[in-house]
Amino acid sequence: MTTTPFSSTNVHGIDPEGPVIEQLHSITVRVNGAPRTGMAPARRLLSDFLRGDLGLTGTHVGCEHGVCGACTVLVDGQPMRSCLMFAISAQGLDITTVEGIGNDPAQMSPVQQAFAECHALQCGFCTPGFITTITAFLEDNPDPSEEEARECVSGNLCRCTGYQNIVKAVLRAAEIRRDGAATSSSSTVAGGAL
Amino acid sequence: MTTRQFGAPVQRKEDPRLLTGNGRYLDDLGAGALAAAFVRSPHAHARITDIDITDAWEVEGVEAIYTFEDLEEGMALPLPVLIPHPALTHSRTGYALAKDEVNHVGEPIVMVVARDRYLAEDAVGRISVSFEILPVVVGVEAARSGATLVHEDAPGNVAAHLVQEVGDVDAALAAAPHRLTIPLAIERSACMPMEGKGVLASWDADDQSMRMWSSTQTTTGVRAAVAARMGLPLAKIHCIAPDVGGGFGVKIVHPWAEELLIPWASRLLGRDVKWTEDRREHFISAAHERGQLQEVEVGFDDEGRLLALDVKVWHDNGAYTPYGIIVPIITATQLLGPYKPGTYRCEFWSLFTNTVIVTPYRGAGRPQGVFAMERTMDAIAEYLGVDRAEIRSRNFILPEEMPYDHGLMFQDGRPLKYDSGDFPASLAKLKALIGWDDFTAYRKDAEAAGRRVGLGIGCYVEGTGVGPYEAGHVHVETSGRVNVATGLTTQGQGHQTSFAQIVADELGVRIEDVHVTTGDTRRMGYAVGTFASRAAVMSGNAIAAAAREVREKAIRIAADVLEANPDDLQIEDGIISVKGAPASQIALSTVAVLSNPLRYAFDESAKAATQFAGTFDPDKPPVADGDEPGLEGKGVYSPTQATFANGMHAAIVETDPVTAEIKILRYCVVHDCGVMINPMIVEGQVHGGVAQGVGGALYERMAYDESGQLLNASFMDFLMPYASEVPHVETDHLETPSPLNPLGIKGAGEAGTIPVSAVIASAIEDAEGFPIRSMPISPSELWDLRRQHSASTSSSTKGAS
Repeated sequence: MTTTPFSSTNVHGIDPEGPVIEQLHSITVRVNGAPRTGMAPARRLLSDFLRGDLGLTGTHVGCEHGVCGACTVLVDGQPMRSCLMFAISAQGLDITTVEGIGNDPAQMSPVQQAFAECHALQCGFCTPGFITTITAFLEDNPDPSEEEARECVSGNLCRCTGYQNIVKAVLRAAEIRRDGAATSSSSTVAGGAL
Repeated sequence: MTTRQFGAPVQRKEDPRLLTGNGRYLDDLGAGALAAAFVRSPHAHARITDIDITDAWEVEGVEAIYTFEDLEEGMALPLPVLIPHPALTHSRTGYALAKDEVNHVGEPIVMVVARDRYLAEDAVGRISVSFEILPVVVGVEAARSGATLVHEDAPGNVAAHLVQEVGDVDAALAAAPHRLTIPLAIERSACMPMEGKGVLASWDADDQSMRMWSSTQTTTGVRAAVAARMGLPLAKIHCIAPDVGGGFGVKIVHPWAEELLIPWASRLLGRDVKWTEDRREHFISAAHERGQLQEVEVGFDDEGRLLALDVKVWHDNGAYTPYGIIVPIITATQLLGPYKPGTYRCEFWSLFTNTVIVTPYRGAGRPQGVFAMERTMDAIAEYLGVDRAEIRSRNFILPEEMPYDHGLMFQDGRPLKYDSGDFPASLAKLKALIGWDDFTAYRKDAEAAGRRVGLGIGCYVEGTGVGPYEAGHVHVETSGRVNVATGLTTQGQGHQTSFAQIVADELGVRIEDVHVTTGDTRRMGYAVGTFASRAAVMSGNAIAAAAREVREKAIRIAADVLEANPDDLQIEDGIISVKGAPASQIALSTVAVLSNPLRYAFDESAKAATQFAGTFDPDKPPVADGDEPGLEGKGVYSPTQATFANGMHAAIVETDPVTAEIKILRYCVVHDCGVMINPMIVEGQVHGGVAQGVGGALYERMAYDESGQLLNASFMDFLMPYASEVPHVETDHLETPSPLNPLGIKGAGEAGTIPVSAVIASAIEDAEGFPIRSMPISPSELWDLRRQHSASTSSSTKGAS
């Protein structure tokens, strides 16, 4: 590389001499089952890489400091805050975003279907982080108690719902998974009374 | 028979899209747009002496850097005072970019536009601004002392002073057998939607027009403001609210500086420009609410009936007053709740401080007013030794007294006149739900087990559905698709569903065929916005009127074709048929074809509407006098006054005798928002409102230091409740229809939040045995109160403080 390497010193004005030009790195991650490659500087957050470079805007950024959980994705199956991880440190890892859990409104996953049935979302901004978190949780604990369901979502912030229907949706998703009825009725929308 | 949609818990039409990563929020749009970032004031009060941007240009990818000096004409004016009021004698607003002076930490000073946000922030870090630091005013007490001024030309830091009085309060107080004086305080919190604000603008140089998107609660307002400030014809600007990740009030304020600067820069640069607010920016440069000091003096008789209520409120409005004095006006008027005060006077001072501006946050001044009223009710009950629910019921406005005019002016400039409500019935439901009469036994058992529990109650009335108006448009396409548009915006309320329910019923079509668009000025240019729990009332009724107009026209055309009496026709699932003779029918889609006489056929069905099809009377004009082409209709709803919803909450809390930890064991809500369009959505609104109320009661506060720095401007330090903190909410509903609108509906959006601080204070007071006068309350504050009260047990006076 012939470009001037990026460093924190010339960002914060400590060394204001000379232009700031970022060095780009080729980053390849496996996203939702397919290898994806992008060129990005080392400081690019995984959340920004997924959204900006790969166009997967389902992952949302609510606080940029790892508290709200809206940006939660699965990294090798484990829920991680994508705003607390550099894209380059995800090199070679397996990432699942909300789009990987279910991107077709007519073919929703059990968790997504349960959210629709239980009115577990309002504005929908925090929702993708809940979907990924709960999906991973149910893999480990397919038959949670109500207390466990509440515990499972207690690391994610939602400002709209008061969580009650989200807890309900965790339990309903577990039920749908068990019944294996994941896809049969998931496309029902607004067709009538529940 | 088609299933009636109105009143059914219909699953939301928007959900499959939002659940599968197909939502489109502001920052999901505009791939490739330039990004803006701001240099914001690090000081709460200072004069700007120099701005040096030289180094910032060294960052590769920087496209533009703007300061106040670059702004011209309308862009250089102070931001508008959106809601002027005669009492707002010293309104002050900031500039899009600070001019000479900054009045709170976070005020924008320089805007950088660069290839991406990272680079824009790099450049921001290289800009140095020199300041002359000025003395700072933080908190209501400092503001009302007037020793230091926020604005030199606003004496006493008073932006507004307003007195409303009904009856002779002084005489009634003097004559009252009993009097209490109660000082109260509520701290600042904020809306904190999960998605911050954001703006994207795309200037089309060829067309000389602007298309902009904003995460706003009013696109028509933003559009009008941008047109005015940039000097553009309204017709050359469109503003669209994409999916919006929550609002709760903060996004009704407009134009935010960024909503002017982003389109302005887009036109200057000829490029798409976007700004997405980050969380820290939202904390320090958006808006807060709630901060007030209050003093209540109440006079009452031996039965606890109010004779006189004299309330003083010192309201912290922050550094500027772009939204006027709506919040303290609502506190002053909605304080009265379901009660008759005898005589009433409320005097408020709206005060400047060197902190973030204060504008409505869900509840909008009501939580403070209800806190004052309900603390007063509990104090009277304690003083007289009467049950707290009983004291409340003795003061209720009764159903037979409706409509009830308080003789005050409400926030819409119209009389504070309750339209309906059955407060005794609501209280009866609440007492049954929480087990009010069984609590003594419950407490006894708990005490025997070494536990400390308390029962609390709070009642409120909420003016919802304020005017001036909303409009609705319904259009049936030749495919049978029904397009519905209304101008107000959506931030999670489920309008695509609830408005579709209304149209499905009114028009007689399948809900799947109804597609609702909100907040898009291309589809509806006339609108006010989504705030004050008004969307269902205002747009719901406007859309219903539009659908009825479409239905009438469809029936007229169909009657002609079917040679039937219009009164004999019905529409079900998009088919118009003769009652009792279903074979005689025509599809609404075909009526849509016939409604638009054509010269050119675009498909098979369209042939029926062309000039040689033989379907028209040659002696009449193709479009009759007074008629219009197309199967569409428009409706407007503009009420004479607000409609008043109400509710009552009760909670049981447990306080740890050692650690003073506060736990909500049960939370019960009885809610009356008139007729419900979708009870599932209403219930969701109540749950979410209570959660925000719990945050405001126990966790959330804005921790400013004496220099005006917000110390907890992150989700790490500003404690919003997680699932682990929010109780399970038990609900019951009353549906007292509003007589003011055809659908009988009242608003529901803010309700859940309003009484929570009052309820939790009431419950803690009941558990602890001493008055709670300030909210929010933390375990350490409760612990301190215990020490104070145990030290002064002998000298404490009953009820009063």
